[in-house]
This record gives sequence, C-alpha cells and structure tokens, in this order.
Amino acid sequence: MMKELRLMKGNEAVAEAAIRAGADGYFGYPITPQSEILEYLMAERPFEKTGMVVLQAESEVAAINMVYGGASCGKKCITSSSSPGISLKMEGISYMAGAELPCVIVNVVRGGPGLGTIQPGQSDYFQATKGGGHGDYRMIVLAPASVQESADFVPLGFELAFKYRNPVMILTDGVIGQMMEKVELFEQRPRSTQEEIIKNSPWATTGKTPDRERNIITSLDLDSSKQEKHVIKLRDKFRKMEENEVRYETFQCEDAEYLLVAFGSSARICQKAVDIARAKGIKVGLIRPITLFPFPSKAISDLTTDKVKGILVVEMNLGQMIEDVKLAVGKGVKVEHYGRYGGIIPTPEETIEMLQQKIIGG
Amino acid sequence: MTREEIIKPENLVYKRTNLLVDRALSYCPGCGHGTVHRLVMETIEEMGIQAETIGIAPVGCAVLAYEFMDIDMQQAAHGRAPALATAVKRLMPEKYVFTYQGDGDLAAIGTAETIHACNRGENITIIFINNGIYGMTGGQMAPTTLPGMRASTCPYGRDTVTMGNPLKITELVATLPGTYYVTRQAVHTPGNVRKTKKAIRKAFENQKLKKGVSFVEVVSNCNSGWKMTPVASNQWMVDNMLPFYPLGDIKVPTE
Repeated sequence: MMKELRLMKGNEAVAEAAIRAGADGYFGYPITPQSEILEYLMAERPFEKTGMVVLQAESEVAAINMVYGGASCGKKCITSSSSPGISLKMEGISYMAGAELPCVIVNVVRGGPGLGTIQPGQSDYFQATKGGGHGDYRMIVLAPASVQESADFVPLGFELAFKYRNPVMILTDGVIGQMMEKVELFEQRPRSTQEEIIKNSPWATTGKTPDRERNIITSLDLDSSKQEKHVIKLRDKFRKMEENEVRYETFQCEDAEYLLVAFGSSARICQKAVDIARAKGIKVGLIRPITLFPFPSKAISDLTTDKVKGILVVEMNLGQMIEDVKLAVGKGVKVEHYGRYGGIIPTPEETIEMLQQKIIGG
Repeated sequence: MTREEIIKPENLVYKRTNLLVDRALSYCPGCGHGTVHRLVMETIEEMGIQAETIGIAPVGCAVLAYEFMDIDMQQAAHGRAPALATAVKRLMPEKYVFTYQGDGDLAAIGTAETIHACNRGENITIIFINNGIYGMTGGQMAPTTLPGMRASTCPYGRDTVTMGNPLKITELVATLPGTYYVTRQAVHTPGNVRKTKKAIRKAFENQKLKKGVSFVEVVSNCNSGWKMTPVASNQWMVDNMLPFYPLGDIKVPTE
C-alpha cells in the first residue's frame, strides 16, 4: 500500500502521528508556537475515528496530570506544550518518572527564560536532559530535525516510553513546529484493546480483579531503604537506556578536520553550512544527536579522530549541549560554542564565519 | 459477656468490610479518616464494583489511602486528583472513579483542578474531608480554617483581614452546572455515619446516570492538629465547625 504524502506543519504532523500511532488520549493547553497540535486534533475529531480522547485542560499542570491518570491505566497518552508550559508540566513529569509511567511529551521550544519570546529556541536542553523536575530521574529526549521526524518520533516515543515505563520527550522547536514540509505518513495503527493493555501492562490500574493483587501507582515510599532501592532500580533503567537507545546521524565526518555538533533545527542549518564550507575546501563534518538523552558521547568521542582540529557546537542557546560535547571528547580538543538567542536563528554563513573565527583561526 | 463471646461470628452485628485491607491505619486515633475509608469501601463492596473502581489518593494525611483500600489506586501530586480522575473516567467511562482529598489538597493547591473538573461535569465522585487544618504537615492554616481559629501558621488565630476568609468550596462548586449532587456530612456520631454512608452510596450510584460530579464533603475533626482529645475535638467541631459548615444536602438532582 502506498504511504500517504502530505504537506504539513511540524505541529500538524505531530497531531496526525498521535492519531495514527493509536494514542488513547491527548491532554493539552494552548501556547504558542504549538497550539496547532491541539487545534488539529480538535478539528480532526479522532474520537469518532479511533476513539482517541482529546481534551483541552484548564492548565498545563492539569494536562500533564491527566496524562498521569491515563498512563496509570496503561493508556497511550500524549501532551504538548512550549517552554513556559513545560516548566509547569515538570511537576507531573517528575511524578511520572517516579511512578514509572509511560507517556510522550512534546516541547516545541521557544526562546526563554520566563515568558521569553514566541520565536524558536533551543534553550530547554538542560531542562529536558538534566531533570527539570525534582529528584533523580532521566527521560529519553528525541530531537527531530524535520517535519518527517516530528511525525515518526511520536510512535517511536510511545514504543520507548512503554519499553522503559518512563516519560519520553520530543524536543522540537518553533522552526520545526511551524514550517511546512512534505511528510510521508505511516498507516493508522489500532489502539490497544483493554485485553491487550491488561496483558502488556499488568501494573496498570484497570480495576482489581480476583486473579491479582491491587495495582497501586505511586511515587511515594516513606521507608527510606525502600525508596533507595527504587532510585537504584530507576538508575539501572536509565543505564539501560544509555546502553540501548543512543541515536545520532553524521554528515561527511569521514575525512573531517572540523566537526559541527548540533541538534534539531540547528542541525538543519549546519547541514547547509557543511555544504558551503566543503565548496570552499574546508573539510567539515556534522554530528547530529537525535537522542539528547541518552547522549551519543561515544559516537562523538570516536568521531573526534586525530585529524579533527576543533569542534563547533551550534545551538540556539547560551551553550547547553556544549557541556555534554566537552565531556564526550575530553581535554585537548578545542570545543567552542556558537549560539543565537531570543528567537534568532543562526544562518549557515554565520556558522561558517564562526567556525573560521573560533576554531580555524582561533 | 466476655470479649471472646462478643467477637463470635454469631454475635457480630457489624464487621470490617473485606475491601478494607487488614492492617493498622496510619491515622491518629480519633480521626474521621478511618470511618470514611470504611464507608467508601463498604459502598464499593455492597455495589460489587471492586473490579470496576479506580481510586485517586491525595497528598496529605490520606496520601497512603491506597495502603488501606483493596482496589486499584493512583496517588496524585498535591491537588491534582481531579485531573487524574478526569482522564481515567474519560478513557475508561465504564469504570467508577473517585478522588479522596483533604481541604489543603482540594481547596488550596488543587482549587483549579477541583473547580474545572466540577465545571466540566466529569462523571466522577469526589470525597472531600474538611477538618480545617493541614494535618500531615503538623497543623498549619488551611483554606477552610475558621476565623479566629489557631493553627501553627496563625498562632494568634486566623485574622481574616490579613489571612483571608475560610473558603466554602463545597457551596462554591454547588453553583457550577457540572455538579449533579453536592452534600456536606460528618461522621462524629453513629447517626451521622449512616447519613454519610447514604451520601457516598448515592454519589457512586450517580456515576451510572452519567450526570456529572457528585461531591461529598465530610466535616471531620483533627484532634492532633487541633491539639485536643478525640472527644473534645468532636465537641469543638460541633460547636464551631458545623455552624460555619452546616450539614445537609446543598445540591440535589431535580429529576
């Protein structure tokens, strides 16, 4: 069967992918630049097609807690927001990580801090990858660089979330959310039946039947020794993610003397920068982390061969992922940052200029 | 009659419901939580809906409610129980869903979730224990603390000029079109226990009618937080809480 091709906004692609992935529920609250996700779902009326529940919550706090309630029942639930809204969701995300609940959270990042701007940013990298909410937890963070990936990462996100019983974040931004591209949509997948949920998620609160003990979803244990065991169990899970779920892409790194490291829309810009630089005879390659946690540290370390004279990390923030890049390559390799802020998007030409200034000439 | 004779099955007029887990409650002796737990579980047992019921526990003294209730339960972040319940009911409309919340949880940090779940008319049951104080954290002022009433964060008594007025959230939610049945009860006497039981039963049965929120406030004592004996605290409740929070139905279905 032919796959369906459409011209869609990144936000619309996320919404359509949620329906097609067989999501049971979307709970969200409008905020620029991601409101099209909720708008699209409301307009599409998936309740009539697949039975998927779509609800506009009274706040981001309520929305993520609706996701908590739904996920506790073993349902595939998704929410989306943008930076200030994600800060509000952090309470719920921490609780979900603590209670080991699967869900997909889409963050269409805008420049911050505070109310910031409605223009794109990548300044939520720390929040997404280093915690954000309270306590010792991690979540898998997928960073799409295209509308196609925005769609594809929704079912992938659900798969990983259920595999590890942990929240998964799709960290995109206002560029990818708002731009239109061709997207090849995957076929509609069925929602899980109640029998499948009971079989595949035996921990879920589906109603206590005589054949099992009651199921309790909680992140609380007042007994410190049990709480410590729980945290160690979570740590082991996060280590498994680091072993198994690293995803990245490389462009022209084979003979590279200089490396660019960038994710999401910055990586799209850097791809163009690589082409321009190569035309000028500068041997540049690009590494694009797809999972920001787990971070492709080993891949970056391995690609930093003896030939590599320096690395430029390009981000739409003050320098956040650069810390992980520096940890990956260790001392002795020059690692510099090029960032634009407040909703300003770096250009390929600026990127090459910065590479020449900070790395080649620096 | 000796104790051994009294507890013989043929002499028992009342027994622990099977759905209340056989373990010591974490509540202070004299607290109303234990009684209300029993009433909720009795209701579920009598209706035969153990496999169809999902409960949502709050933050506060009842945070461990799931340890005592033999049903599937979720523990919510502070105040968020109505949001969880909304999703559970929307995604599994055939189930019975209830939240069990105290005054700090429901009427302070969770006011937004409470009002909006009620206003949307979610087809759920909310059990609200109002003892006018934060029990678990050690007796601080609650939104429902009475004027002049002492608490650790209003040691000279609640001054309504600087600390605001007690929030009659039950009357407030009764004004919302999404609520179907709103009542205020207490469990300090056997007669009141029976009335509360009836109210809880009605609140659960209302879910079959799919008409919206059933909201049952239970005015309760907090002998530890109020720093009184259980008997004195119940008397204090009758003398002070009940005039401010009068018992009875506030909104009953018109059909």
